[in-house]
Amino acid sequence: MNNDVVAMHISNGIIDAPVSGIFAAIAASAIAVCVLRARADLDDRLAPMAGLVAAFIFAVQMLNFPVLPGVSGHLLGGALAAILVGPWVGALCVTVVLVVQALVFADGGLTALGLNVTNMAVIGTAAGYLLVVALLRARVPLVGAAFVASVVSVVVASQGFVLQYALGGGGGLSIGAVASLMAGPHLLIGIGEGLITAVTVSAVAKARPDLVYALRTRRQRQQQEELVSA
Amino acid sequence: MKTRVFLLVGLLVALGLAGVVSNFASAHPDGLDSVVRDGCTYDAADNKTGGTCVADRAADTQTADSPFADYGIRGIDNPYLSTGLSGVIGVLVTAGIGGGLFWLVRRRKPADSPV
Repeated sequence: MNNDVVAMHISNGIIDAPVSGIFAAIAASAIAVCVLRARADLDDRLAPMAGLVAAFIFAVQMLNFPVLPGVSGHLLGGALAAILVGPWVGALCVTVVLVVQALVFADGGLTALGLNVTNMAVIGTAAGYLLVVALLRARVPLVGAAFVASVVSVVVASQGFVLQYALGGGGGLSIGAVASLMAGPHLLIGIGEGLITAVTVSAVAKARPDLVYALRTRRQRQQQEELVSA
Repeated sequence: MKTRVFLLVGLLVALGLAGVVSNFASAHPDGLDSVVRDGCTYDAADNKTGGTCVADRAADTQTADSPFADYGIRGIDNPYLSTGLSGVIGVLVTAGIGGGLFWLVRRRKPADSPV
């Protein structure tokens, strides 16, 4: 058995330097906004929880599961992070994972970091959070909302790469081919991610429902914001 | 469950997944990697044997000579130990850096906090 964990993120050179630079700027701006907004959520209880969520996402990203013959997939973690610690802190959790992977494990190019952060931390978390909020509002139970939001979040995040490829990629594949080659497997990966997210979120909700950000009531959040602005 | 216990259990689960279960992960290219390799062929040792594909454009990352590159530890030949320990290190580093940064930027609790 070959138990090498394979590289999982965009490498240097796949997308040209100017477009990588643009996405580095986009990612940096988004992260700056997240840091500013995250402060309202980050209290003595959420901060260690966020550290744990980042560590958990790192761990589960190592667990590639088969989706098609010769093709695997792994959790991206945006929806999971958004549900557990909110969209702003959640995006930062995934970013921390991607930075550690790029710096320590040489997974995902350093020049390509902005591309990876944009897709997985920013787009993936935003899509997951927006959908989970909408589904919870429509009285979908948390487990179902977590599953559906994860599936969609992964497919949407994967299309971020298609945009980047269209702007600064090359190497023979048409944009349409990249779009469909990304969407198909990532739908299956999303189902895997949905199952992992649903199981994880249910376990946390059973043990400590107060630690699930998405389950906090709107009033609790308003109180918190008033507290911050006061 | 007390918060401290919850966090400890969560960390242990993460360490178990990254340290042990990671050895049973699929070694096939992931969704992105398989798109990037579309058009090329590879042998069992994962060396390219022919064709042209998007991956031809890929360059080594600046940290490629990291002792933990590709989720292993240079110098440890046992693949289970190498993958598992690198996973454990990754979880601890991520928890440390993430938790530390979040703790630094957290909102300080006012005296009459209702939460």
